[in-house]
Amino acid sequence: MSAGVSAPAVAAPPSAPSQGRGRGPGSGIRGREGLAGWLFVAPVLLVLGLFLVVPIVMALWVSLSDWQGQGSPFGNGVGFVGGGNYSELLTTPGLAQTDFMTSLRNNAYYVVFVVPLQTVLALGLALVLNGKRLKGKGFFRTAYYFPSVTSSVAVSVVFLFVFSSSGVVNSLLAKIGVDGPSWFADPRGVVHLLLGGLGVDTDAPPAALTGRSVGGLTLWDWLAGPSVAMCAIIALVVWTTAGTFMLMFLAALQDIPVEVEEAAEIDGAGRWQRFRYVTLPMLRPTLFLVLTLGLIGTWQVFDQIYVMSQGAPGKTTLTPAYLSYQSSFNNNEWGQGSAIAFILFAIIVALTLVQRFVLRDKDDGRERAAVRRAAKAARSGAGPTTEVSR
Amino acid sequence: MTTTTTAARPAPAAAPKRPGRRRGGLGRVAGYTVLVVFALVYIYPFLIQLATSFKTEADSTAHPLALWPDPVTTAAFSRLAEADYPRWFLNSFVVAVVVTAGRVFFDSLAGYALARLRFRGRGALFAAVIAVMAVPGVVLLIPKFLVLNQFGMYDSYSGMIVPLLADAAGVFIMKQFFESVPVSVEEAARIDGAGPFRIFWSVVLPMARPALITLTILSFQGSWNELPHFIVSRQSPELNTLTTGVASLVSGQLGSGNQYPLKLAAALLMTVPVALVFFVFQRHFVRGGTEGAVKG
Repeated sequence: MSAGVSAPAVAAPPSAPSQGRGRGPGSGIRGREGLAGWLFVAPVLLVLGLFLVVPIVMALWVSLSDWQGQGSPFGNGVGFVGGGNYSELLTTPGLAQTDFMTSLRNNAYYVVFVVPLQTVLALGLALVLNGKRLKGKGFFRTAYYFPSVTSSVAVSVVFLFVFSSSGVVNSLLAKIGVDGPSWFADPRGVVHLLLGGLGVDTDAPPAALTGRSVGGLTLWDWLAGPSVAMCAIIALVVWTTAGTFMLMFLAALQDIPVEVEEAAEIDGAGRWQRFRYVTLPMLRPTLFLVLTLGLIGTWQVFDQIYVMSQGAPGKTTLTPAYLSYQSSFNNNEWGQGSAIAFILFAIIVALTLVQRFVLRDKDDGRERAAVRRAAKAARSGAGPTTEVSR
Repeated sequence: MTTTTTAARPAPAAAPKRPGRRRGGLGRVAGYTVLVVFALVYIYPFLIQLATSFKTEADSTAHPLALWPDPVTTAAFSRLAEADYPRWFLNSFVVAVVVTAGRVFFDSLAGYALARLRFRGRGALFAAVIAVMAVPGVVLLIPKFLVLNQFGMYDSYSGMIVPLLADAAGVFIMKQFFESVPVSVEEAARIDGAGPFRIFWSVVLPMARPALITLTILSFQGSWNELPHFIVSRQSPELNTLTTGVASLVSGQLGSGNQYPLKLAAALLMTVPVALVFFVFQRHFVRGGTEGAVKG
C-alpha cells in the first residue's frame, strides 16, 4: 500500500526514457510503474483467477470423472471416465439423456418466446417514450425500469401470487368469462393445446409423431411448445427485463440527430417509412447488442426456475442450468452436472457466434447492394450524384 | 447514411402533409394510452403486493384484486420478525457492504492500472478481463462450489464474500473512466514526486466520483440481489441471505397454507433497500445500465 509514498525522491531523470523495462523500484519512474501496475491488478487477478479460472479447470476434470461428491475430486477413489458423462447426456438412451433433451427443448422454447417479445416490447416502449412533446417521461421510464432493479427472488414471489390459481390473472380472466388454468400446475404444452383446439386428438396423437424419437424424446414431445407453467415464467421474464433494454434503445434513439429525422420528414417520408428506413438502420448496433444479451441471458435462466417451479410440473420448466444444479446437488451426479454446464457454455458461445455471423453478413450484403445500386444509378445518370461518394 | 436518401426516393410527393399534422395529435393520444396501459401493467403488481402483505390469508385468496386490505393486519410482518428474517436481513447487509467496499476499491485500482500505468503484460491482462466477462455466470455454479469445497471455504462468510470481491465489469467501467481523465493532472503530481499509489489515491480517485457512485450502486444492487452464488457457497440456515431465505419461504418453510401475505411481505421488505437506493440515485442507475451495456 505504501509503495508510492516510500520512494518519492527517486525520480531519476536519466533513466526515464527506458521503455518500462526497469529492473527494480530504484530504476526510474517506469520501473516503479511496472511494479505498481502488477500490485494494483493483483487483488482482482487473485479473485478472478481463484474463483473463475481455477473452477473452470477443476470442473473440466470433474466432468470427465465419476466423482460422487465425497471427499476431494482429486482423491484416490475417483475414476476417470473420459467422455462418459457427455455421451450419457447426448447419445446413450436413458433417463439422463431424456432429462437433458427435455431441458434443452424447454429452454429453446423459452428463448424463442422471450427474446423477440422482450426486444419488441423494449423497442416499442422506447419509441413511444422518445416522442418529442411528451410529459411525464421520467415517471414512465422509472415505472418500466424499476422491476429490472429489484431482486429476481422478490419479483418471482410476486408473480407466484399473480399467477396462482385464485390469483390476480385468473380473477381478471374470470371477469371476461374465461376460466384461467392453474398456471404452475399445468404441464400441457401450448402447441399441443393449439393442435387440440384444431381438432387433433391430443390423447392419441398421430403415430407418425409418436413413433419416431430423437434424442430420447418423441417428435410429438419435441413439438409440445412451452408448457402453461413455462408461459407464466416467460411473462415474468419479459416483464422484468424489457426495462433494461428499453433504456439501451432510448439512449440510442437520443443519439440520432434530429436533423436526420427532420430531413426525412421534409422529404415526405411517412411515419412507418421514417421508422423503417431511418430509425431502424441507425439502431442496428443497439439491436444487435440487445439480441445478443437476450440470447446469452435466456439460455442461463436459473433464478426464476429455482424459486418458482424447480422444474415442475412434469419437468416442463426444467432448464439445463437448473438440471446442472439438480444433478450435482440433489442427485450427487457431479460429473454429469459439470458436463451439462460445459455443454451449456458451448451452446451459448455457438449461438452468439451464429448470430454475429448472420447479422453481420446481411449488413455487409445490404451495404454492398446499396453501393452497387448507387454506382449503377450514377453511371446511367439517373440517381442523385451524392451517393457516388459511398 | 445512404439509406436516408433511398428512403426519400419512393415518397409519393408531399400530399398527405396536412392530415399528417392532425394525426400527430391523435398519435399523441395513442402514445399516452400505450404508456399508461403499460405503466399499469408495471405498477399494479407492486400495489397488489403492498396491499396483500397487510391482508389476512383468507382475504388474500378471496379478493386478490382488492387494493385495500379488509381487515388490515400486520400479522405477516410480526410473523417475519419472530422468524429468521432479521438474521437474513443482517446477513444480506453485511455481505452487500463488504462486497461493495471490496469491489469499489479493487476494481478502481485495477482499472487505473490498466488505463494509465505502463507495464509489461497490460494488454494481455485487459484481454483476459474481457474474456472473463464473456463467461456465463450460471456455467460457473458447480465449478465455484468445487473450488470453495476444496479450499475449505464452503458454508462460511468468507466463501460467500471473497469470490464476489472483484468483478470484471467493474474493472472495465473504471478503466473507461480513468482513460477520460486528462493526463496533465497526474503529470503535475508526478513531477512533485508522488508515487503511483499516491497519485491514484489523492489525485485521480477524488476526480472519479461519478464513476465511483455508479460502481457502488451497481455492486450493492448486484450483491443484494445475488441468488445463485449463495445457493452454492453455503448450506447452514444461519448463513441464509434474504434471497436464499425468501426462496426457502416459497417452498413453505414456515408452516402450511398458501401464506401469500407472509411471502409477499417478505419480498416487499427485501425490495425496500434497493428501491431506496434506486430512487435516490436513479441518474446513476440509468448511466450504469447503459454503460455496462456498451461493454458487450
